[in-house]
Amino acid sequence: MTQAVQAEDGYTTADGRKIGGIVMEMKKITLRFGGVVAIKDISFDIREGEIRAIIGPNGAGKSSMLNVINGFYHPQEGEIFFHGKKRGPMKPYQIAEQGTARTFQNIALFKGMSTLDNIMTGRITHMKTNLLDQMLWWRSAETEEVANREVVERIIDFLEIQAIRKTPVGRLPYGLQKRVELGRALAAEPKLLLLDEPMAGMNVEEKEDMSRFILDVNDEFGTTIALIEHDMGVVMDIADRVVVMDYGKKIGDGTPSEVRANQAVIDAYLGVAHD
Amino acid sequence: MSAEFYFGMEVFLNGLMAGVMYSLVALGFVLIFKASGIFNYAQGVMALFAALTLVGFQNGQIPFAHLINAIFGTDLHYFGWHMPALLAIAFTLLVMIAFAYIVEFLILKHLVNQEPIILFMATIGLAYFMEGLGDLMWGSDIKKLDVGIPQGGNFWIEEKTAFLGGENFYGFYLDNLDIVAAILAAFLVSGLVAFSQYTKTGRALRAVADDHQAALSVGISLRAIWVIVWSIAGFVALVAGIMWGTKSGVQFSLSLIALKALPVLMLGGFTSIPGAIIGGLLIGVGEKMFEFLIGAPYLGGATENWFAYMLALLFLVFRPQGLFGEKIIERV
Repeated sequence: MTQAVQAEDGYTTADGRKIGGIVMEMKKITLRFGGVVAIKDISFDIREGEIRAIIGPNGAGKSSMLNVINGFYHPQEGEIFFHGKKRGPMKPYQIAEQGTARTFQNIALFKGMSTLDNIMTGRITHMKTNLLDQMLWWRSAETEEVANREVVERIIDFLEIQAIRKTPVGRLPYGLQKRVELGRALAAEPKLLLLDEPMAGMNVEEKEDMSRFILDVNDEFGTTIALIEHDMGVVMDIADRVVVMDYGKKIGDGTPSEVRANQAVIDAYLGVAHD
Repeated sequence: MSAEFYFGMEVFLNGLMAGVMYSLVALGFVLIFKASGIFNYAQGVMALFAALTLVGFQNGQIPFAHLINAIFGTDLHYFGWHMPALLAIAFTLLVMIAFAYIVEFLILKHLVNQEPIILFMATIGLAYFMEGLGDLMWGSDIKKLDVGIPQGGNFWIEEKTAFLGGENFYGFYLDNLDIVAAILAAFLVSGLVAFSQYTKTGRALRAVADDHQAALSVGISLRAIWVIVWSIAGFVALVAGIMWGTKSGVQFSLSLIALKALPVLMLGGFTSIPGAIIGGLLIGVGEKMFEFLIGAPYLGGATENWFAYMLALLFLVFRPQGLFGEKIIERV
């Protein structure tokens, strides 16, 4: 597949945003669960500042792909490069420390904790005081807590969730929970933000809100975003480049318009018989 | 007011004090249960083990002396020095932290994502292992523990309150040890609550308790958290071991105080730190008052043995999450 706009050190999007070098590169990733092949020989890259979507029908292996990037799964074959450096088999928390944050399809918030506390947990990779300082509540622990609290308050303002600051998130409606989860991921100031179906189960209004937040995050903070989505319409509107997966294989990769014109993609979505 | 009334009040106060002692044990359970969903059956044995180790350090006992003597035919017992209490406590704390590491490394690491019942069984195994280890290391004789905590009745309180109830009333009898325990417990709980609310690690502890996957995804290392939790539980066990050991000597029946902590947890809720304290106080006061008002006059006494469990049973029927346990929120 040729992409005219794509140069070695980035490209310019249709709306004039400059996209930088490669943040993450997946090379020939294969992931098996016993005899089942969830991902088969997939390569693609994510560039700095872009919104990269991974789409595909149910069971195409999209979520598995995100779990590979985030370190929940370890592929049997293939290599992953992060900022040009090959990444060994790392634990998810180490990958988070490297600057990758994510949300989950089924919302994995800390249900008993307040919105504020949930988003504060997102700051953990930025908080460095040691255990003893925290136990004795030395000045360093206090200053750090206050500084990080300020960052979190800015995120709360940004996502317009001031009113639910103290509410335990288990009591919030679904759409707001999704927003809090996005907030927690944003709090990490990630170099790469992974969103697993950020709009699943939402009504049209909530979807519009979420799309706006995703675009704003990308625009204001320059955050690189990789997202999985079901809803083709939404993806085509906000993504810069799209990977299309079907049955664990990559069947398309390119700008939304390129992907839309791709026959294999059309077949996968309209349900041509596989033989 | 009659002397009767003041006797009742004295029983009430002593109930509170006994309750604090229960709470100290219950606290350790809550900490581990909150952070890992494990009901740590070994908490009582941890208190025993901590107390044994403390006495061992203080008296300069040689660990595994019996074993060494049996194998090599030697006659070793003591190093011959006497360690100051504070130093011995510090060393014991280090042992409990090392113990937390070992538990994480040998047990928890291998049982990630297993059913709670499996983890519970593992802690039962751990309890018996530690009981045996404590025996082997320090011997099975009853030991006296003295770290300088005052014991016996507090005369000041007794004198100052003697005027209350007339001729037959000699003032409230409160044990100094119990008073120290109450003060310690208050510090411990406020410290733990503040720690879990306002620090990064405290928040991480709560996060891990709530959702493992999400905790990993924000950059929390589960293993580090478990070591921290078990270390704190070890510290609480040490405090409980010191108080109980001072009160009734360091003996192997100390591990059974874990059973008294169970009804405390049912009342207070398995996930609430303040709940552990209030639950302990309620049980302590409840069983003393019940004995005083109903048990001794009408039921032939000895109700203290079963009262706590009966109360726990009632709670299980009418309020399963306890007084302060997290309500199970389910969205449908």
